[in-house]
Amino acid sequence: MSGTDDKTLATSSSDDWTWLSRYTEARIALGRCGPGLPTSAHLAFQAAHAEARDAVLKPFDAEQFTAEIAARGWPALAVHSRATDRATYLQRPDEGRLLSSASEALLSEPRPPADIAIVVADGLSSRAVQVNALPVLEILLPLLAATGRRLSPVIVASQGRVALADHVGELFGASASIILIGERPGLSAADSLGLYLTWLPRRGRVDSERNCISNVRQGGLPPADAAKQAANLLARMFQHQAAGVSLARLPQLPPPEER
Amino acid sequence: MGFSHTLGGTTYRFGDLRTLLAKATPLRSGDVLAGLAAQDAAERVAARMALADLPLRHFLNEAVIPYESDEVTRLIVDQHDNAAFAAVASLTVGAFREWLLSDATDAAMLAAVSRGLTPEMVAAVCKIMRLQDLVTVSAKCEVVTRFRCTIGLPGTMSTRLQPNHPLDDPKGVAASILDGLMYGVGDATIGINPASDDADTMMRLLDMIETLRLASNAPIQSCVLAHVTTALKAIERRAPVDLVFQSLAGTEEANRGFGITLALLDEAYAAAESLGRYPAGGNVMYFETGQGSELSSSGHCGVDQQTLEARCYAVARRYRPLLVNTVVGFIGPEYLYDGKQIMRAGLEDHFCGKLLGLPMGCDVCYTNHAEADQDDMDALLTLLGVAGCTYIMGVPGADDIMLNYQSTSFHDALYVRKVLGKRAAPEFEAWLAATGISDARGELRFEPARLMPALPLLGAK
Repeated sequence: MSGTDDKTLATSSSDDWTWLSRYTEARIALGRCGPGLPTSAHLAFQAAHAEARDAVLKPFDAEQFTAEIAARGWPALAVHSRATDRATYLQRPDEGRLLSSASEALLSEPRPPADIAIVVADGLSSRAVQVNALPVLEILLPLLAATGRRLSPVIVASQGRVALADHVGELFGASASIILIGERPGLSAADSLGLYLTWLPRRGRVDSERNCISNVRQGGLPPADAAKQAANLLARMFQHQAAGVSLARLPQLPPPEER
Repeated sequence: MGFSHTLGGTTYRFGDLRTLLAKATPLRSGDVLAGLAAQDAAERVAARMALADLPLRHFLNEAVIPYESDEVTRLIVDQHDNAAFAAVASLTVGAFREWLLSDATDAAMLAAVSRGLTPEMVAAVCKIMRLQDLVTVSAKCEVVTRFRCTIGLPGTMSTRLQPNHPLDDPKGVAASILDGLMYGVGDATIGINPASDDADTMMRLLDMIETLRLASNAPIQSCVLAHVTTALKAIERRAPVDLVFQSLAGTEEANRGFGITLALLDEAYAAAESLGRYPAGGNVMYFETGQGSELSSSGHCGVDQQTLEARCYAVARRYRPLLVNTVVGFIGPEYLYDGKQIMRAGLEDHFCGKLLGLPMGCDVCYTNHAEADQDDMDALLTLLGVAGCTYIMGVPGADDIMLNYQSTSFHDALYVRKVLGKRAAPEFEAWLAATGISDARGELRFEPARLMPALPLLGAK
């Protein structure tokens, strides 16, 4: 990115202030050929964009992911939103927030009630889920089970938006929900996972009623740390019976069950 | 009252002006999502034909959002200049398109009619124009504004240097500024989107740029694009605020979602002017807009997103801004799905803004979940250059590492200036030559020694 091989190219010039790069990750001092980018910087950009595009477009294998969770001894169910394909998902956020009628029927079958609904969804990066969701769940689920609260099976959703957890939580009559979802990829990271927590998840909740833990990935907020933060937040939500902006305004008391 | 048009043996009916405008608008994902788009291509063209037959006068009698319930509508109606409107008062929308394109209609005539046009009239004619029509008319418009640099002179294209940093680190921001200055970028403004919207952050960044400005004598104007209430706090604390920024929407309800009212903007405008940091008659406000922001905040009131975008410009022009730009591809694919939709919207926004008298720039950009790439941006950038776009963004390597989207780069600015023979603002060009960043012929020298006066920025803090 700094045009280090410029010297082999007679027609491009490096920018002799590459030392400025120590202050920022921004793409500075790239060098140039006429007004254009040197070939190496030009293709490096394309590689970063390709990674982001693939993370958005590669289908999420929900069945396979469900099997991996079940193999660890946690009940899991695969579901689908009302968005039938990726193009619809990208243009109709409303359809990504609701379960398909088949999935709604599946979750409406008689099941033990749950205090906390657990959801995993592809969101805008199937890669984020493939890479980072299991490492979060492996820490998070034992922490939540230890509180004695009843957990839903892990609901693994394709073409899901954050608010899909409202629909799921409603069907379980849950007091709280947590959804692990792929964030919109940037050029520098295509595998960021976001964790959204909602008190009394019901259809129609708005974003200010949620708490968010974002940039969960190796190189960002490590999955194990994110899992501990989420467990603490859930404890506070049960303590104060609230989430979102209203929870943020309440004093941060140490949750007794975490001490 | 309603409208109808018969096409191919089918009669299409449109219940009101709001519906007619929405059905006539080119296909885009946001209007489909809002449930406002035409059912099919034939209905869309029928709506355009009905719209073309509509007298411009009709727009003075039917509001798309009621006067009583929306302060943006009240602003549009109350600021309408009937004397300026006289030049086109007898025209239909279709004849207005031909009047705009006519060789006899020049920059002075377009400027003279501007205050007589409502955003809805401009949105309407825009819907029946091709890209080349939008380019032809935009290129005739002249809108000149001034702070330390004069923006919008014929033959110029300015750039906003956008040196964002995810932690608002002044040294990280400074490194990107220095890189941009070496590429001759930054005459419109050095404008930082802060990751953290608070007065302390804003003041830390403004103080850094002020130090650079005073040390280098550069004719730059700075802006931290925080919420207008943050700028008011910083002004109270005597921060060196050049431009006051705010994102705008086209309805009262959506503006409430942005946490603003016209009264608050009035207050911010007065506060910015009170600092007296600009030359007499200068301009102190900077606004951003973008199709889809009203829908995303559920404040669209059943109006299509391009018409709402034009209504933003009625709000903007009340404050005589130095700069206005649409962030066209930033809002996301649920509003503008792909490169084709982004390109059309960028040229529409530029056209509508210019015709309404604004110094219109464009953030030529896309997100990673849109069906778009650098080729689409090159096409839009080139078209906007030909259309006489006032300014574009300059982001290091086109990759904004704070906002996580792709805009235009310092290199892109060099490209468009080179192929179209465009120049920077004259004050900025003179400064580049005086410091030796460029040579006597205006060619950039890329000699890092020219950065030396700015180096304390990196060591001092």
